[in-house]
Amino acid sequence: MTLAVRFQQVSRHYDAVRAVDQIDLAIAEGEFFSMLGPSGSGKTTSLRLIAGFEQPSSGSIQIFGREAAGLPPNLRDVNTVFQDYALFPHMSVLDNVAYGLMIKGVARAERHRRAEAMLDMVKLGQYGSRRPSALSGGQRQRVALARALILQPRVLLLDEPLGALDLKLREQMQTELKALQRKLGITFIYVTHDQGEALSMSDRVAVFNKGRIEQIAAPQVLYTQPATAFVADFVGTSNVFDAAWAASLTGQQQAFAVRPERIRPVQEGQDGDGIRLPTRLLDVQYLGAVSRYELEAGPERIISMVLPNDDAAARQVLTPGQAITVWLPAQAMHALAG
Amino acid sequence: MHSDQSDRASWWLRLLAFGGIGFLFLPIAVIVLYAFNAESSGYSFPPQGFTLGWFAAAFARDDVMAAIGLSLRLAALATVLALLLGTLAAAALYRRDFLGKDAITMMLILPIALPGIITGIALLSAFRLADITPGFWTIAIGHATFCVVVVYNNVIARFRRISTSLLEASQDLGANMWQSFRYVILPQIATALLAGGMLAFALSFDEIIVTTFTAGNEVTLPIWMLNQLSRPRDVPITNVVALCVMLMTALPILAAYTLTRGTEDIAGSGK
Repeated sequence: MTLAVRFQQVSRHYDAVRAVDQIDLAIAEGEFFSMLGPSGSGKTTSLRLIAGFEQPSSGSIQIFGREAAGLPPNLRDVNTVFQDYALFPHMSVLDNVAYGLMIKGVARAERHRRAEAMLDMVKLGQYGSRRPSALSGGQRQRVALARALILQPRVLLLDEPLGALDLKLREQMQTELKALQRKLGITFIYVTHDQGEALSMSDRVAVFNKGRIEQIAAPQVLYTQPATAFVADFVGTSNVFDAAWAASLTGQQQAFAVRPERIRPVQEGQDGDGIRLPTRLLDVQYLGAVSRYELEAGPERIISMVLPNDDAAARQVLTPGQAITVWLPAQAMHALAG
Repeated sequence: MHSDQSDRASWWLRLLAFGGIGFLFLPIAVIVLYAFNAESSGYSFPPQGFTLGWFAAAFARDDVMAAIGLSLRLAALATVLALLLGTLAAAALYRRDFLGKDAITMMLILPIALPGIITGIALLSAFRLADITPGFWTIAIGHATFCVVVVYNNVIARFRRISTSLLEASQDLGANMWQSFRYVILPQIATALLAGGMLAFALSFDEIIVTTFTAGNEVTLPIWMLNQLSRPRDVPITNVVALCVMLMTALPILAAYTLTRGTEDIAGSGK
């Protein structure tokens, strides 16, 4: 396996702020790798460290085995799709896409021919002569993509590229981006704060929190086996049972998490490995295919349960204020570190 | 902003508005009118007839032509200096935060607010201390002190509207700093440079106070006109020259206004 990008003990400090704090990371060639985290978690700084817009305070960054720390952005074999697209407003769409080739010294006719081919690939063949300001958000996004890809980078960096688009368009672009990545076979490094986006597109996801990485794993592992309370809570929603609460339930000081959809009301004759938890129903939220039930298991101890609306167990009428005993299956309880 | 009532201003508001405009422009109209007056003895009303003779007379005089030539060369040099220094200053100050940034910004903008007489005296003292004889270059430097400000203000206003990610995108696509400036920054600040340059040119061309202190024996156009006050016989020629100065300064300012209209205020253009 060839490594596209490798971080070894990389830190980026701004005075007292540790934006990125001693991160280790290995991204394989051809991987769709997402960096997920809330704002200020260090994911964008990490991307900018790869692009070269930031230089590490310490540590080593290798791009295809070559030390990149200290190299300016123009000498790196990576290209970026910016969050605000960063299209040059004074140039036509075609010249925007051809910009990288112009800098390389490719002759005008040739670079325009190749830029047109790129625009065709992102289905914007007719729009070459327009100014970026005359395009919609989704179209600008595609121009930014074509411009970044024309230099045939081995790594494409995407900084929340779909953040400004509406939901329908965003879902459509997610599908297209994933298809494009498969077709090109190059490494995509994708920064997002949207866990749904990260889960649906990525081969692997790194979850960032406060300048550090909490967990790096495939989406299904991340979801079913979150390593920390932060991951359990940030990726999807989860009921986190802290050490004190866990001790009162299981007798062990070991925090654990249970996904809301794994919790069920106790059935008659229920047995097996698990915990019975007496609760009181606070609220029911109807969400279409499923309903969410807010349950109070004690003072300040509120958990949520999600039941499909066609589930027989849910058909029994549950009214707020009612007492419900729920079942936490042992195989749904995931031990958390920290 | 139009409120419902302001579509039709009341009659006294109109009177005030037109009165104000008249107060500002009637004296100028008098100068324009009497530049074409056939009579030589000055301001008799009504004008005695129409002639272009004073233009011929004015342009035939060596002292007038020398003064115009000097002022044009000075304005051009001051403008070039201002474009260079103003752009560099704006580029240095718009992004980075460093100790003393506010102080430097303040010092850059101060010359436009400082009375010309202070700038003039200060420059003259400085030149004396440095043992520099006042002349062409000292005037140009004097003019550059306030011309830099208008270029700086125009360019930094434009810089602030250019997203920093554009520069990053350019670098990301392989451009070095010079290429990024040439292909991304320069095209976007071009109109701001043009506008700032034109304002600087206009400011320099009709400046008299700082010039008086730094001119030595040189006679710029405004100084020539000031000297004319003591020679009433040449009044029509002075009018012709005044008309020229007006055009030379008003046209660039109008053009600068048109170029930057709808973008941002041309801060500092009010001197």
